[in-house]
Amino acid sequence: MPELRKLLIANRGEIAARVMRTARELDIATVAVFSDADAEAPFVRAADEAVHLPGNSPAETYLRADLIIDAARRTGADSVHPGYGFLSENAGFARACVDAGLVFVGPPAAAIEAMGSKIAAKELMAAAGVPVLPGVTVAAGDELGAAGLAARAGREIGYPVLVKAAFGGGGRGMRVVRAEADLLDAVTGARREALAAFGDGTVFLERFVDSPRHIEVQIFGDSFGNVVHLFERECSIQRRYQKVIEESPSPAVDETLRAELGDAAIAAGKAIGYVGAGTVEFVLDASGRFYFLEVNTRLQVEHPVTELVTGLDLVRLQLLVAEGRPLPEEVRLATIGGHAVEVRLYAEDVAADFRPATGTVHAFAVPALPGVRVDAGVAAGSVVGVHYDAMLAKVIAHGPTRDEACRRLARALAETRLHGVVSNRELLVGILREPEFRAGRIDTGYLTRHDPEELSRSWRSADVRPVHAVAAALTAQARRRTDAPVLATLPSGWRNVVNAPQQAVFSCEGDELTVRYRFAEGGITAEVAGTAVAGLVLRAATADRIVADVDGVRREITVHRVGDTYFVDSPLGSTTLTELPRFPDPDSLAAPGSLLAAMPGTVVRVAVEVGDQVRAGAAVVVLEAMKMEHSVSAPHDGTVTEIGVSVGQAVDVGTVLALVDAGEEQG
Amino acid sequence: MPVLKSALDVTSAAYQTNRAAQLAAVAALDEQLDLARAGGGAKYAERHHKRGRLLVRERIELLLDRDAPFLELSALAAWGTEFTVGASILTGVGVVSGVECVIIAHDPTVRGGAMNPYTLRKTLRALEIARVNRLPVINLVESGGADLPSQSDLFVHAGQIFHDLTELSAQGVPTIALVFGNSTAGGAYVPGMCDYAVLVDGQAKVFLGGPPLVKMATGEEADDEELGGADMHSRVSGLSDHFAVDELDCIRIGRQIVDELNWGKLGPGPTKPPDPPRYDPDELLGIAAADFRVPVDPHEVLARVVDGSRFGEYKPLYGTSLVTGWASVHGFPVGVLANARGVLFSEEAKKASEFIMLANQTNTPLVFLQNTTGYMVGKAYEQGGIIKDGAKMINAVTNSTVPHVTINIGASFGAGNYGMSGRAYDPRFMFAWANAKLAVMGAQQLAGVLSIVGRQSAAAAGREFDTAADDVRRQAIEEQIERESHAFFVTARLYDDGVIDPRDTRTVLGLSLSAAHSQEVRGRRGFGVFRM
Repeated sequence: MPELRKLLIANRGEIAARVMRTARELDIATVAVFSDADAEAPFVRAADEAVHLPGNSPAETYLRADLIIDAARRTGADSVHPGYGFLSENAGFARACVDAGLVFVGPPAAAIEAMGSKIAAKELMAAAGVPVLPGVTVAAGDELGAAGLAARAGREIGYPVLVKAAFGGGGRGMRVVRAEADLLDAVTGARREALAAFGDGTVFLERFVDSPRHIEVQIFGDSFGNVVHLFERECSIQRRYQKVIEESPSPAVDETLRAELGDAAIAAGKAIGYVGAGTVEFVLDASGRFYFLEVNTRLQVEHPVTELVTGLDLVRLQLLVAEGRPLPEEVRLATIGGHAVEVRLYAEDVAADFRPATGTVHAFAVPALPGVRVDAGVAAGSVVGVHYDAMLAKVIAHGPTRDEACRRLARALAETRLHGVVSNRELLVGILREPEFRAGRIDTGYLTRHDPEELSRSWRSADVRPVHAVAAALTAQARRRTDAPVLATLPSGWRNVVNAPQQAVFSCEGDELTVRYRFAEGGITAEVAGTAVAGLVLRAATADRIVADVDGVRREITVHRVGDTYFVDSPLGSTTLTELPRFPDPDSLAAPGSLLAAMPGTVVRVAVEVGDQVRAGAAVVVLEAMKMEHSVSAPHDGTVTEIGVSVGQAVDVGTVLALVDAGEEQG
Repeated sequence: MPVLKSALDVTSAAYQTNRAAQLAAVAALDEQLDLARAGGGAKYAERHHKRGRLLVRERIELLLDRDAPFLELSALAAWGTEFTVGASILTGVGVVSGVECVIIAHDPTVRGGAMNPYTLRKTLRALEIARVNRLPVINLVESGGADLPSQSDLFVHAGQIFHDLTELSAQGVPTIALVFGNSTAGGAYVPGMCDYAVLVDGQAKVFLGGPPLVKMATGEEADDEELGGADMHSRVSGLSDHFAVDELDCIRIGRQIVDELNWGKLGPGPTKPPDPPRYDPDELLGIAAADFRVPVDPHEVLARVVDGSRFGEYKPLYGTSLVTGWASVHGFPVGVLANARGVLFSEEAKKASEFIMLANQTNTPLVFLQNTTGYMVGKAYEQGGIIKDGAKMINAVTNSTVPHVTINIGASFGAGNYGMSGRAYDPRFMFAWANAKLAVMGAQQLAGVLSIVGRQSAAAAGREFDTAADDVRRQAIEEQIERESHAFFVTARLYDDGVIDPRDTRTVLGLSLSAAHSQEVRGRRGFGVFRM
């Protein structure tokens, strides 16, 4: 097979940028495809050429095999890299690429197909001698009878039962059912989500192992029949079945277990004639037994940890294998060097049950500590919307030991400037510094045992909010003084007849913080929420930083202002403060009885019509946000007087969805 | 420009004595300002708050640009009189939406914001400052009208408020009324005379006659809202340009109006480096003399007031009892005249006249630091033509058209007060340090003069001079003059624009000069006839 010359990346975000980086090193030109929302995304700019896919939803864009193959044809690409997610495990797409004369950077369509159905995959694996969990398949067309379902689940599996989409991955549609009564609902919901996400409503039921460790093995095959493994990764820190922290090697795997896992993974790969990068996922129960979960026939999100411990570039290997070359020598000789830990930085509100967050990234900078790698999908100016996965970036640290990798990563994240979107950054630092995690005592129940909010707060100083509020107020003050058209050089807030201090009111994490400050006799006094800031000495104040002593401790506090919002970072932590207007806009009040969107999402159902009588608690609008359905219900009995949205519409936080008039009580 | 070198010894006994005296004077000033701040007192403030209204100082803080300085004027008006300190009104120069404005705000907690003779003087002085410096005026209106028992001292002159408001408008200086409450009878003309009026819903009452008066006059039944509410004036009469839903909304609209004025200052902006003085202004406390009879070296004062302590002295070797020279304050170039040893001789008067003419030639504002006991008397001086020379100086001061800012840093006695641009010579702003004195002459001197005159008249009439009675009378007069020359007494009568902490001198000058530059800054070229 000839060398690849031009590679189209049928994906977006960090993985698209990641693939392009290696392609460039191999002198392969790159083509991006992008939706409307991604027009300005960093990965589009990183590509040599880019082709627009009109629309925003994945179904209109990154799942459109026909448009993508057409884009490859128009740009003269000779190959397609599918990344992860989207079409990466779609055998039809792999086949269509090959039919169009394109090299599909991935396994043969047959291997994808074999693993695409989790049921068939399991049977195949069981036959190859890989340990599997008992399970049952509910095909897309099957009539859903409650009794029949329950009988099968009870007989063939035993509770608890995990219900999930047969196709696709990433936890979409997963539900744990512990009692028979909940089974039908779970299967119905999973079927709907599977159909929406993957175009196939087949659902798979399986024994659910409580709080297992998630261990996976990276495998690599070439077209000469070689299949090797590149050791394990552990991805046990999860929330809502989504991986949050991954590492390699696993602290739970010793040499013996590693050999067993490796053998099982190679057996799995060989059973399906695997070519390219793949991952065999296992669950490891408390007694040390492991069971086959699934094979991901693609590059994993967490592949960098394997790269850092082996020193290999997995995308490079993918491209070499796609060119028909045998796996290079170093792959077979690979060893584990040190330890690597990856975190997924998500745009999400940990305090609001990991609700996905949207917004504009105003700053994103990870300090360049040794051994720290950043695979980012966003940069300053990027807009994080509701259409795609909320992962902003992966930050990976490599160190000689697990502890050192964790320490580096924690420090890098603690010093990271991420402004504009709410993220799980503080939680990640909290986990990385938490003793149980550090001792390696982790499983998928870790974030159930440890309150994520407490972990987030665990390393944050109690002073962070008041001190940062003062910093925000004083930088704003400095900016106003500098920008003043008259009297700019006169003392700030000077009065010959001393009056009330200057005041700024911020909203911060749901609280209102009133800052009062006064410059007098060469010094400054300040109070926050009525409490004086002890021993405040202001050494320097400009529009974007202050240097101040508080109670004898000097710190530099940086403040990044965007509109009325202040992003404040210091050794105390990071805070986002939004200044409330000095004069409230008299027109800004929402009508009573308004139902507001509490999170960004897409309207999947409007359950009422204008004029309907509704009872308090009745569902009015159903939103889908980040793989979850959220029902917005009537706040009180009343009449629906207005519906502000329609099905399919993307809504932002605060959008008025509907108005329920309570009648005379509302008066 | 040369930089002043301080020779101050902060360890000296004189420094410590001065400092103690000044700190006591500043403490006394703060005590009196507390009375002005308190307005009608806690009880009325609470009642006002309970009505959902903001206090006058709260209104002003919201109106002003955040963190911008505010120079309150005549804070001790009516001090020592039967009326509340501050005279139920607050005036000052502040920055609103980037524009320096004169603010005139009633304090409704003091007898409902009623106007007494001092309120009137304070208001008219603020309007005068607006006129001569070309500063937009914002009235924060909530006043029950005239203090009726003092109507005879008030009524006739009060008409000047409306006269001045419309005159300002004719001169192109914007006037704004933000009406928070009562603005009735004569007071109704404040929003009536202003270019812009904003009325607060449910609070503003703007009418010539209220319900009882209307009932008496014509028998008509009408309520407050029909006669003068915000809604009526916004929708029906058109007196109100903006309907404000509440006080915050009113202030917000007021700020918006100023923002939309498209206002520009006519004078140049600061043109010199505005770096702070090289010496600590705090040391001014030890420089100002505890006893006005002890001279103060103006160089030591200027080293703590002017930009970078830079001072280019004019005629340093001639007429040395008066220091003259060039400097800048917050970037505004100034000529400075400062008394060095109290007395003004012919040389000083001639030097001052020349210097004032030079400043006018180059459109440079003048700062007068008064510390004078007057022009020299005595045979030699009279024969040397001190009257003619004093007249030259007064001629020059009078006819000078560059802005003057005058600060009494110790004493302002006799014709020295006139020659050094005292109140009657229309300085744009005039302030006094907390322990400064102002009178026709010193108390002791004045009592002594009266005693000599009495003794002479007794001798002429052949009466025996009653020394004991003279002592009593002398003491009483001395006490009276001492009291009347006190800075608080002087400022209470609006003879200056306020008493300041010496440490604030640079800031007060900066604010005053910047305000003065709202108007065109142009010196006079042709002066009156100088008597040679």
